[in-house]
Amino acid sequence: MTARAKARLGDRVFQAAAMGAGLLILVALAAVAIFLIAKAMPALVASPEELKRDGTDFWPYVPPLIFGTVWAAFLALLFALPLAVGIALFISHYAPRKLAQGLGYAIDLLAAIPSVVYGLWGILVLAPAVRPLYEWLVNNVGWFPLFAGPVSGTGRTVLTVAVVLAVMILPIITALCREVFLQTPPLHEEAALALGATRWEVVKMAVLPFGRAGIISATMLGLGRALGETMAVAMVLSPSIIISFALLQSQNPTTIAANIALKFPEATGLGINALIATGLVLFAITFVVNALARVVINRRKEFSGAN
Amino acid sequence: MTLMSEAAVIQGRTLPRGFAWTTLVASIVASAAIFLALALAQVTPEFNVAGAAVVGAILYLVLVGVISRLVEGRRKSIDRVMAGVITAAFLIALIPLISLVATTAADGINRFDMQFFSSSMRNVVGAGGGGLHAIIGTLLVTGAATIISVPVGIMTAIYLVEYGKGRLAKSITFLIDVMTGIPSIVAGLFAFALFALVFGPGIRFGIGGAVALSLLMIPVVVRSTEEMLKLVPNELREASFALGVPKWLTIVKVVLPTAIAGIITGVMISIARIIGETAPLLIIAGLSTSMNYDLFSERMTTLPVFVYTQYTIQGADAQAYIDRAWTGALVLIIIVLLLNLIARIIARVLAPKGSR
Repeated sequence: MTARAKARLGDRVFQAAAMGAGLLILVALAAVAIFLIAKAMPALVASPEELKRDGTDFWPYVPPLIFGTVWAAFLALLFALPLAVGIALFISHYAPRKLAQGLGYAIDLLAAIPSVVYGLWGILVLAPAVRPLYEWLVNNVGWFPLFAGPVSGTGRTVLTVAVVLAVMILPIITALCREVFLQTPPLHEEAALALGATRWEVVKMAVLPFGRAGIISATMLGLGRALGETMAVAMVLSPSIIISFALLQSQNPTTIAANIALKFPEATGLGINALIATGLVLFAITFVVNALARVVINRRKEFSGAN
Repeated sequence: MTLMSEAAVIQGRTLPRGFAWTTLVASIVASAAIFLALALAQVTPEFNVAGAAVVGAILYLVLVGVISRLVEGRRKSIDRVMAGVITAAFLIALIPLISLVATTAADGINRFDMQFFSSSMRNVVGAGGGGLHAIIGTLLVTGAATIISVPVGIMTAIYLVEYGKGRLAKSITFLIDVMTGIPSIVAGLFAFALFALVFGPGIRFGIGGAVALSLLMIPVVVRSTEEMLKLVPNELREASFALGVPKWLTIVKVVLPTAIAGIITGVMISIARIIGETAPLLIIAGLSTSMNYDLFSERMTTLPVFVYTQYTIQGADAQAYIDRAWTGALVLIIIVLLLNLIARIIARVLAPKGSR
């Protein structure tokens, strides 16, 4: 394809511009890492007295935040993943054809609803609505450690946050899963049908195995969004810096992102540096999640028959 | 047993057509009757709609599973139950989504008036005021982010698809993946760290927000443009080369026009993604209650930040603030919907002829 023509000026300029744009991205990301580290450094090396964060060091301050971030995201994924796969299957293989396209479009739109709107809805609609349920849970299954009392009076607990996060990441996971399910080779499905498979057996034998890599990558994307989600958590949760698995109490582990959003406007001096350092930790966590997703997808791709 | 049920499938002994619907109606009626009885007997304070729906659904799944298993066999029965479960998953997910949109529309309409679109929050305490400053801020910041991101994003995608080979292209692809996963608040912190080093730690201005948003927008633009460029058939490029057209002209005159509909759609959708970002703007663009048309000086409020602060910093007349927050949310959703709609229309209109 690439015939050896003599290099023209326009070609060279255009190629340089394209490559420059690519290099700019390299530089930008390097800048993100460098500037964040530069701004975080003072907090990492500061002595406890200087940090005046309840007289504690920086490092004991971070683990509860990491725990809160991972815990909330994990719970959200627990709710969202089965539902999202179900919805994607419904749209791709169960809903009437005419309805399916409209539903897919609606799901795409929901993925674009701003997180601050989800936050507003979470605190003004969801939290009051689930309070009776929480009271019932604490009164009747309070022996189970996750549902231990005393129940929160406002409904602004980590469970509510997890539900809001689940609703937020649901459209993202669904949209990707649906795309993948729709790409199942028709021959696979028809072969299964020809062997007398029922619709569920077609889904189980042809659609899900084909879409496995897609489901994993969608999950990881959803997880990444849940980990980094700021506003919904900052608005809904009543936060504290603790490690606790209890879902329904008024003391909840807060997340890194929400903590930054709430503390940053008032932070001064080393406080800013400490918050940026926690941001760096969040960056590292999401980086690891994304890298893992990439490895999983690349490995599965070779076997799944995709491409 | 298994043999018999397999035989049932092969013989095609099936339940009548309306079986599923009849069972569904029967289960819901039965469940509603139970809950109505509970309410009348004063066991529950009022008729529990959610409880009736949940019990009805479970009843339906059990009934269908058992009856179908007895008549049609194991495989058909599992098929019917799974169809029910999958439909239920869809219906469950609809509840919060419908509730969200309905509440925003219902509560947002209260202040969806001329005053909201014609005044700022300057010197407003309690009722009145509006979000004009936030709308202007949103347009300016998002516009600036778009102006930064679109050229960089499209050129990078061109590099990756048309030129990129070897290690540089691979590492750029990898870094785009990394960028997609950057939490928005980290982008805000980066913009703050960058500008604080230059202008001092008190820096708050609109262009900083635009830089933070570009960081989030560029990977989306690159990804969607890349996909679109890959869809352009190679024959088109080869035909152009065969006519002696230089490579860069081939890209500009042949490849880009063929893919333009998809590229514009991708750009619109990426704008819709970042227009609702709150966290980075909270950090680097700050808060303001006044109009500000200058990206390069002073604090600048955008709509999402407006919604957030109206909720978090409530004055004496709390309802007025909450009403404004909902209206801000409604305006945001409408903008996002419009962007998506325009993207769809553009995709339709500009789609290359004959490819549909």
